[in-house]
Amino acid sequence: MSRTQRARSQSLGLLAVATTLAVGVALGMIFFYAPLEAEQGFLQKIFYLHVPLAIVALCGFVVGGVFAIQHLRTRESRWDLRSYVAIHMSLIFGVGTLITGSIWAKGSWGHWWVWSEPTLVSFLIVFLLYATYQPLRFAIEDPERQARYASVFAITAGAFVPMNFIAVRLSTAYLHPRVLGGTSNLPPQMALTFMVSLIAIALLFVTLCRLELSAKRTRGRLRALRRRLAEDDPAIPVRRIRSAAPAGHEVHA
Amino acid sequence: MSAVVEDATPIEGATPTESATPTGAERRSGPTVRRPSFAATVGALLHKELRVELRTLESAPGMSLFAVTVFVLFHFGLNKNSVSGDEAAGILWVTLLLAAVLGINRLFVADAEEGGFDGFLLAPVDRGALFVAKALALLIYLLALELVAVPAFALLLLQPSLGPALPQLPAVLLLGDLGVAVIGTLVAALAARTRARDLLGALLALPLLVPVVIGGARASAPLLAMHSSGAPARWLATLGLYDLVFGLIAYAVFDFLLED
Amino acid sequence: MGAESQAPRPAGAGPDASIALELEGLTRRYGERDALADVSLSLAAGQTLVVLGPNGAGKTTLLRVLATLLRPHAGKVSVLGNALPSTAWAVRGRIGLLSHEPLLYRELSARENLRFHARLHGVAAARVDELLAAVGMTRRAEEPLRELSRGMVQRVAIARAVLHDPELLLLDEPRANLDPAGADLAEPLVGAASGRTRVLCSHDPDLDVRDADLVLGLRAGRQALLAAPAQIAQAEIGGLYR
Repeated sequence: MSRTQRARSQSLGLLAVATTLAVGVALGMIFFYAPLEAEQGFLQKIFYLHVPLAIVALCGFVVGGVFAIQHLRTRESRWDLRSYVAIHMSLIFGVGTLITGSIWAKGSWGHWWVWSEPTLVSFLIVFLLYATYQPLRFAIEDPERQARYASVFAITAGAFVPMNFIAVRLSTAYLHPRVLGGTSNLPPQMALTFMVSLIAIALLFVTLCRLELSAKRTRGRLRALRRRLAEDDPAIPVRRIRSAAPAGHEVHA
Repeated sequence: MSAVVEDATPIEGATPTESATPTGAERRSGPTVRRPSFAATVGALLHKELRVELRTLESAPGMSLFAVTVFVLFHFGLNKNSVSGDEAAGILWVTLLLAAVLGINRLFVADAEEGGFDGFLLAPVDRGALFVAKALALLIYLLALELVAVPAFALLLLQPSLGPALPQLPAVLLLGDLGVAVIGTLVAALAARTRARDLLGALLALPLLVPVVIGGARASAPLLAMHSSGAPARWLATLGLYDLVFGLIAYAVFDFLLED
Repeated sequence: MGAESQAPRPAGAGPDASIALELEGLTRRYGERDALADVSLSLAAGQTLVVLGPNGAGKTTLLRVLATLLRPHAGKVSVLGNALPSTAWAVRGRIGLLSHEPLLYRELSARENLRFHARLHGVAAARVDELLAAVGMTRRAEEPLRELSRGMVQRVAIARAVLHDPELLLLDEPRANLDPAGADLAEPLVGAASGRTRVLCSHDPDLDVRDADLVLGLRAGRQALLAAPAQIAQAEIGGLYR
């Protein structure tokens, strides 16, 4: 194992431990520490899951766009890999947002879907947009062009996310009063639980991303080794590819 | 044969390679490459776009016909003889958007099929000019679409008369069209050289254009209401912001789509 | 680097005729395999490089890299004194590319296509008429290209390639689809008599190697052969295609 690899797996291990702890604490606080809300009762607790998921997913999409900018600037494929993983994970967390939001809507208003909740509505649109990310990638065969086009998409979509949020919020506020309310007027116990939950979900996101990145890198390395074996060409120098290679792997000496 | 050039600015900063004195074939020596200005490039591209469109009539008439057909569908679907206010604004904007997608899907097809990108990429021009030219072309197609679709809508489905809405409605449409043109050109370029390009074009463009529908419809609804009032400024501002933000982003990233 | 040609410089060239092309370890990947691997050569101005190799060997890729359409992934490339990809912009307008695709719009006529390209290169309209005459297309210049035969379209493509009087010509099988009359008309424009530096991809070694100053043989992206024609045995060329 190279030094980078060892450092990476060590930090990943620490991260995993921290995440497990945080999630444990958060769950504990949600169920035992946070008070029951007067109006909505026990179901309100899903708020501690729904909103952090939403926030983390939104940030994830934007971060995916930032990584894409780096990819276009440096032409290094590792940025494309990070962008892909960030968006992929955010999409999953986004689906989680939609599901938890839907459950909450059913519990609070009796319908599985409400248009009066701008977070939910924004996420539906964002989900519809990012659901085309993978089909777009698979529709392009040339790996370098695929990565480039994906980055262009990620940047545009990343800028779209906040824009969309604003537009939907404006249109909803026009018609219905918002039911979610900001965290500013939460009682301190709830606010604390919310913060802990947010940290836990953020850590979970980062850990899962790191895991996926590591898995992809390993698979890439395996493919490269298999290819070398199949070609059986001793003339291929075993060197670290430091150029703007579109491959997601690094070959080690 | 020294070329008398039009609208050209000579290249600056090129490293001259002192090549031979001309032989019998009167060769131009040295790197005096004439680089057409940005405006000249956009002009040449736009001229070509419109020429091809007029020759084939693929985009604009199809879009208009499609819009009128959709109005008929709405009549039967909603079972209404006339609409006003929010409903009218909604039907109009959704129809315009769906018709726009048809135009978006056709925008880069000729270039992708005929290797036209290479011809442009080899020229000593600013590549951003292609984005501007294509977006302008799409804008022109949209305006042509609206010249047919809006009167058709007023005729077929709109309850109040179009008169009071008139000074402001074109402005709202133009702001919306700018957004559609900008995003549409970017999406068209993204989808042009992929498999399933028509499907991907629609799936990419429509979510991205949701803010345009929101802004456009909310701004138009008071204009098309029974007692017409002015378009709320906040929606015009939203549309304007959208146009600006995505105009800049699309212009910035477009170059990356042109490379092979 | 392979053996460089000691061919005499073109008549009229100055004592320090420059290097038109300089490649060192040029590599271009496609996914995990190499489209071009470690290609190195040097070509002086006015000379002709002929590139041979079976399908998929990387000939078209090489041409496109030189045309600034593809970026090199590793190695150094210098075209007309300018390094790629950093100063690619300085090279455009001085290169003429004739590729598999005619790079023309089928709905437009020959004249309209050439005028469009003239405008993109800042070239006067008069030159369009000159070139239409030079390729023998004056009579049919107003018809849409989709109504013309492939041979005629190829003539227009040739006109397009030299419209802006490029110093370097990149030719991918220029004689494809041309009838003998067309080939004769094309010769002064893109042939050895044109006086320009040329890189020519060929599937017809017997015909083209004669005009070459330097021959590059590619096989699976790798440089299998690089020498002046006089130094190459017939068997070596045949070996490329086996």
